[in-house]
Amino acid sequence: MPANGAPTKITQGSQTKGGIGESTLRPDGTLKVTGEFAYSSDMWHEDMLWGQILRSTVAHAEIVSIDISEALAMAGVYAVLTYDDLPTAVKNYGLEIQDTPVLAHGKVRHHGEPVALVAADHPETARRAAAKIKVDYRELPVITDEASATAPDAILVHEGRDDHHSGHVPHPNIVHRQPIVRGNADEAAKRADVIVKGEYTFGMQDQAFLGPESGLAVPEEDGGVHLYVATQWLHSDLKQIAPVLGLPEEKVRMTLAGVGGAFGGREDLSMQIHACLLALRTGKPVKIVYNRFESFFGHVHRHPAKLYYEHGATKDGKLTHMKCKIVLDGGAYASASPAVVGNASSLSVGPYVVDDVDIEAIALYTNNPPCGAMRGFGAVQACFAYEAQMDKLAKQLGMDPVEFRQLNAMEQGTIMPTGQPVDSPAPVAELLRRVKAMPLPPERQWESSEGADVRQLPGGLSNTTHGENVVRGIGIAVGIKNVGFSEGFDDYSTAKVRMEVIGGEPVATVHTAMAEVGQGGVTVHAQIARTELGVTQVTIHPADTQVGSAGSTSASRQTYVTGGAVKNACELVREKVLEIGRRKFGSYHPAWATAELLLEGGKVVTDGGEVLGDLVDVLEDETVEIEAEWRHRPTEAFDLVTGQGNGHVQYSFAAHRAVVEVDTELGLVKVIELACAQDVGKALNPLSVIGQIQGGTTQGLGVAVMEEIIVDPKTAKVRNPSFTDYLIPTILDTPTIPVDVLELADDHAPYGLRGIGEAPTLSSTPAVLAAIRNATGLELNRTPVRPEHLTGTV
Amino acid sequence: MDFLRPASWEEALAAKAEHPTAVPIAGGTDVMVEINFDHRRPEYLLDLNRIGDLTEWEVGEESVRLGASVPYTRIMENLRAELPGLALASHTVASPQIRNRGGVGGNLGTASPAGDAHPALLAAGAEVEAESAARGTRLIPIDEFYTGVKRNALQPDELIRAVHVKKADGPQQYSKVGTRNAMVIAVCAFGLALHPETRTVRTGIGSAAPTPVRAKAAEEFLNAALEEGGFWDNGKIITPSVAKQFADLCSAGCNPIDDVRGTASYRRHAVGVMARRTLTWTWESYRGTRRTIEGAA
Repeated sequence: MPANGAPTKITQGSQTKGGIGESTLRPDGTLKVTGEFAYSSDMWHEDMLWGQILRSTVAHAEIVSIDISEALAMAGVYAVLTYDDLPTAVKNYGLEIQDTPVLAHGKVRHHGEPVALVAADHPETARRAAAKIKVDYRELPVITDEASATAPDAILVHEGRDDHHSGHVPHPNIVHRQPIVRGNADEAAKRADVIVKGEYTFGMQDQAFLGPESGLAVPEEDGGVHLYVATQWLHSDLKQIAPVLGLPEEKVRMTLAGVGGAFGGREDLSMQIHACLLALRTGKPVKIVYNRFESFFGHVHRHPAKLYYEHGATKDGKLTHMKCKIVLDGGAYASASPAVVGNASSLSVGPYVVDDVDIEAIALYTNNPPCGAMRGFGAVQACFAYEAQMDKLAKQLGMDPVEFRQLNAMEQGTIMPTGQPVDSPAPVAELLRRVKAMPLPPERQWESSEGADVRQLPGGLSNTTHGENVVRGIGIAVGIKNVGFSEGFDDYSTAKVRMEVIGGEPVATVHTAMAEVGQGGVTVHAQIARTELGVTQVTIHPADTQVGSAGSTSASRQTYVTGGAVKNACELVREKVLEIGRRKFGSYHPAWATAELLLEGGKVVTDGGEVLGDLVDVLEDETVEIEAEWRHRPTEAFDLVTGQGNGHVQYSFAAHRAVVEVDTELGLVKVIELACAQDVGKALNPLSVIGQIQGGTTQGLGVAVMEEIIVDPKTAKVRNPSFTDYLIPTILDTPTIPVDVLELADDHAPYGLRGIGEAPTLSSTPAVLAAIRNATGLELNRTPVRPEHLTGTV
Repeated sequence: MDFLRPASWEEALAAKAEHPTAVPIAGGTDVMVEINFDHRRPEYLLDLNRIGDLTEWEVGEESVRLGASVPYTRIMENLRAELPGLALASHTVASPQIRNRGGVGGNLGTASPAGDAHPALLAAGAEVEAESAARGTRLIPIDEFYTGVKRNALQPDELIRAVHVKKADGPQQYSKVGTRNAMVIAVCAFGLALHPETRTVRTGIGSAAPTPVRAKAAEEFLNAALEEGGFWDNGKIITPSVAKQFADLCSAGCNPIDDVRGTASYRRHAVGVMARRTLTWTWESYRGTRRTIEGAA
């Protein structure tokens, strides 16, 4: 292991091409940009039927009756299913709390909840049949916020809760509550020379992945079913699907189909059980593909939040204390809400040293759309608020906002509010220094000899300004994200690695159940196998449930955990191969027994570089195959009263500097540049690392200036379920994103790497907001910020 | 849904006469969205893509006769001098792919207040060439074309063949506010054309009233102010107070709503800002002091 904080040095495999640290190209890259890649929605099967889901048109209602007779009578319709057709006693599913009905029973709790299923021989027939199902709703009052959820006479979104959080929450409409108390915030507040309070609002963001939910369920001869689906975690799906179907898990086979992005939105089930039910009922393959409209109802979103913060600082700029309450709207079903609460509370201080804290985070049950996992997972909302607080404090103290942050920045050895020590590099001050030091883009870039280039101006080609009222602003922010599943979860992964000689060449095959959702695992696994086994030919087996669980492709964890599992399995295979070598050739050369042996370029070599033999000769016709589970070090649950506990595996840090041009009169914003500095521990694939950072940065920009699902507070209905009115950044909205990558090894992680996918999503949003505040002088306590917020025309 | 594919304009008119509920489709950039969203399920779709002359244009003495299906891309590339306001509006339509397919006929047929072409057509002055098998051709002045939310003056048996837009006799500008820097539906839009030949100014407002509208009171005020001060002749800078009053009257000419894209209050405000800025830009061009400013493709 390297010295802590130094870049990791690689010995084994360092001479083999295409190993870790190289920017090998994605195997699916060209296919995707040329439109050749087969996504889950492209699948086809002979004799296939199309499934369609009927969804509730109201947010909260009792179902008085459902009449399917007209739909069932339609030509081409093979099945119409409702709650009454569910085959077993298990009729609900859920990631942590099984509170989500497969089909609504007696009640719907949010707009767009699945009520009935249709299978027909044509998608249009299926849609029309679904429209002919008559559902009689008796509407109920809607619960939409903390006040209505916790009112004394509030209707309970879920009656008779008996889940493991129900005993400790203050109200049945609160999914989970996590306080964290450390030191004495009230006492510490007395030392403060300035106290800053703020109330912040974070809008509901959608993952907006480009490939809508889709999959194909094929009934099998043994009475089971084979489901091909785009998901984030095959084995988690399997555990939820099989009991509802009444099948043992081995009779539900799952294969990953082409995934068009995920960002947390595929952690929960969508059409999986529905397609299987229809396939088993009709005995025919059933395909379900959501359109974009349905997709907005078909997956959970990022929790909208209200955040109440109080910070104090001494006049020389040291933070004294922090108090906060974070209210996350979980919507109608629990999804990942409890874990999001854990993250929001444990990361609510941000990457700063504050010894005295009083923290509370809750998630509500409401009749709003269900919310759950999305890139950044609870840490995003908190970062938006604490970074706004940092700027306010610096301003009150008359300090430079970067210097103020650096003065309070955590470092290796800092104790988190949970009592957990940060035991690997935490270069927060250094990341801030780096983004601040980057050269600024030139002023007034729109000016040219030809006149104004409107593409460089707020409004772009809409031609709203030629420079009038355009003011530049600059803002900086930094954030902290945990990596991997926390709070005592057994967060393991499995890899099966095989080595054999094919066509006179040593070839490695890597088989995992990891969902490739764009993160680049398929590239990285091949790189790891090359490095660890000294071969160039590596085959990545399609992901399925014929191998053990890889855990979820989320929480920035796959390179760490499944990458770790692949590394581990490769090491075991390497030992086995060397054992074979020793057995066959040990007598020919003493180094077989005495030297440190490496596999390099298809050969066995000593660490001194002497070649002992070819892998081809060692293996001959033997195949070495090992499947093994791998775990990172365990974590602990947070205490339900004090929030104390070593809950997290690893932390990930990024900082951003945003440069914006704001048309202050029209309230239009053009982000010119979003510079990022991030510590990645070790860049296994530098090009992919840059891609992840730029993607996360852009997703953070989206929720700063445009992305929001708007829910009508009176009806709890979604008002903009389309890409016409849910806007995501186009390339003209995407700024230059210079990236400065640090590689400070974390001793506890494979190759010293750090999970990277989420951290850049955190600090991007508050950096943009800070820049807009800098340009306009406005307080701006909500995100996304819209033109009316900048022009006083709300 | 039946798909009618007439091979000629005459066949198209006959089909429309026989099936007055038929929805004409050319680029499909609007109709297909409506169908995909299940917002409408017309009994008949009338495909106009086999009728070649709908994608052609003629530049005449006074005006340009623009075929109903001439794609926005063609307008941007070929008619920038004759129809500068419409060319600028075309730039703001959706994405390059959509601009390659969509044309002004679709905007007029749908008559959505958010259609990007309308403010430019209102400001430039235009006539819609409508035709029916029974009554032949008529020209509908653009001021009389928009009759309500997504309603227009067409009879059920009529099709739009072309639009006649007056050739620019002075500077024209077009601005649109959206909450994204490209590919966005208008929160509101504004078109302005100076007509030195008649010493008049015309305006067009989009997405800030139930239909596209002109700000007539603002035009009348400005026409009088320009006349009174001899501005058309002396080419003086328009005083800020005149520009402000013009902008205020344009705001007052709006009748907007609060919706998911923006507030009524913001729309009124933004139309005023765009009115003032576009007046400044066009007037500077008229005075000959302004460098050409156009968006790049």
